[in-house]
Amino acid sequence: MIRFIIRRTLYALITLFILSLTIFTVVRLTGDPVSLMAEPGARAEDLDRVRAEWGLDRPYPVQFLSFLKNIATGELGKSFNYEMPVSTLYFQRLPNSLELAAAATLLSFLIGIPAGLISGVRVNTGWDNFGKVVALLGLSVPGFWLGLVLILVFSVWLEWLPTSGKGDWRHLVMPALALGWYFAASLLRLTRSSMLEVLRSEYIKLARLKGLPGYVVIAMHAFKNALIPVLTLAGLNLVVMINAAVIIEVIFAWPGIGRLLYEGIFQRDFPLVQGVVILAGCMIVLINLAIDILYAYIDPRIRLTR
Amino acid sequence: MVSLSPQTSAAAIGHRPIDWLGQFRGLPLLPLAILVPFVLVAAFADYIAPYDPTEPVAGMKIFTPPAWMQGGDIRVLLGTDFQGRDIVSRLIFGARVSLIVGVTGTVVAGGIGTLLGVLAGYLGGWVDQVVMRVTDAWLALPALVFAIFLATMLGPSMWNIVIILGAVYWTRYARVIRGEVLSLREREFVKLAEIAGASSARVIRRHIVPNVLNTAMVLASLTIGVVIIAEASLSFLGVGVPPPQPAWGSMLAEGRSTLMVGMWWLTILPGFCIMLVVLATQLLGDWLRIRLDPQLRNL
Repeated sequence: MIRFIIRRTLYALITLFILSLTIFTVVRLTGDPVSLMAEPGARAEDLDRVRAEWGLDRPYPVQFLSFLKNIATGELGKSFNYEMPVSTLYFQRLPNSLELAAAATLLSFLIGIPAGLISGVRVNTGWDNFGKVVALLGLSVPGFWLGLVLILVFSVWLEWLPTSGKGDWRHLVMPALALGWYFAASLLRLTRSSMLEVLRSEYIKLARLKGLPGYVVIAMHAFKNALIPVLTLAGLNLVVMINAAVIIEVIFAWPGIGRLLYEGIFQRDFPLVQGVVILAGCMIVLINLAIDILYAYIDPRIRLTR
Repeated sequence: MVSLSPQTSAAAIGHRPIDWLGQFRGLPLLPLAILVPFVLVAAFADYIAPYDPTEPVAGMKIFTPPAWMQGGDIRVLLGTDFQGRDIVSRLIFGARVSLIVGVTGTVVAGGIGTLLGVLAGYLGGWVDQVVMRVTDAWLALPALVFAIFLATMLGPSMWNIVIILGAVYWTRYARVIRGEVLSLREREFVKLAEIAGASSARVIRRHIVPNVLNTAMVLASLTIGVVIIAEASLSFLGVGVPPPQPAWGSMLAEGRSTLMVGMWWLTILPGFCIMLVVLATQLLGDWLRIRLDPQLRNL
């Protein structure tokens, strides 16, 4: 177990290293971040001064080492616009994004799991076909468009819900649905296929042979086991939704991390954009590591085979 | 013993007339019925579009509603936008952007991913280690966030978007195809080719690549919709296809502010186009998956 943890941690560190190298290289390959972000017409001396301030006049390897050191110590530079450290801004916005992502996950559970369950149990019936249509629409209707349609129907026409901003639960419904929509569809598909697989297994046959009523077999035996892959997906997806809900947060003016990234793009706030991307990457790598270790702890087969 | 019915044996020796209708049976009609018009419209946009999509229509007010609504004008069937440009023409040229980016972005991603996946899987060793570590690292970033980052750095242009989406989405191909090559490498026909003295390059070209193409095709059918939505997302955020060039994503973004006063057509129509095209590619992908490789049905 210890060896497994060490190996996985090492992998995670390598991943983070490559990630930093990628971001570092992209920034320098595609031009000079200072001139890219500077106001048009800025004087050459001013640009040089900013470059020296950021250490961009030093050789690349030296720059990269200090870049790594800064990431390791959480020192991601100051946002131009807010004049605050990027990490402070990120962690200020994190609870908002977490709230939205949690609501979206909850909604997608409420839609995806029951629908997937029914589709899996009643294969090739009307229910199943309905489920298939929902799954297909979930993958092909872009979340941001759904968000706009929701605004049109529930805010503009019916005037039931506020169009944007953060407040009570009524502010949360539409962005959560728009964000969770895609995930609800993938949950539906996963629950369905997972149920199908479990229902074919020997212990389900045994449970049925024992004469247990159908709903007990499905609820107590099948569903519980079918839920394992579903929960893994949900955990990973939550982290992605926290960091990648850019458009939904923009549409609904939700003050989360995605909107922070958008502000960074628009205000040409280069340290902010770079910092948010790095923090998102770090967070996902660390959560992945935690899930891996947790799994190995629960299921010894994983740590022995890999 | 299996006894052939007279009908099948007759078919087997070719007495049956060619079943022309049968050629179409099994073809995915619904997705083709959606996609073919879009492709034709995109290809012949210059001849079909009634107006220049980047210039206001002469003598037409801004925000003219669609023709069937009050204040609409038959000359601009779906109305005009905030600059008085014709929505129909912009949708038509937007189709071109979406389809070109969707297809070429997928090809770039598939090309890079397949190549690296094959090399990693077949050569193994440090090549495998390097490719897979980079794949892991790139997969760690949410695709859209990574694409936004690259787009901010590279600056907006259609071909930059193609490169960016290729660079973001190749990792999925690399991972799946590497796995496939690992098992192919152990198969007898590959071993025999190696024993016969074929060089690595030849084995890869003649024996490995042809056997992973089906998987690559199936993955491509899954990626194309994702790439189209990603392009729309980037254009929506203003880091995709730059204005005044029409793209469905930027049309959505432009219509957003006037959605609040009920001008639904500016946002609903481009979004509906995105949905239709992605839906069709999904259905086509499902069909292709079952057709090419039954084992991948669960992918």
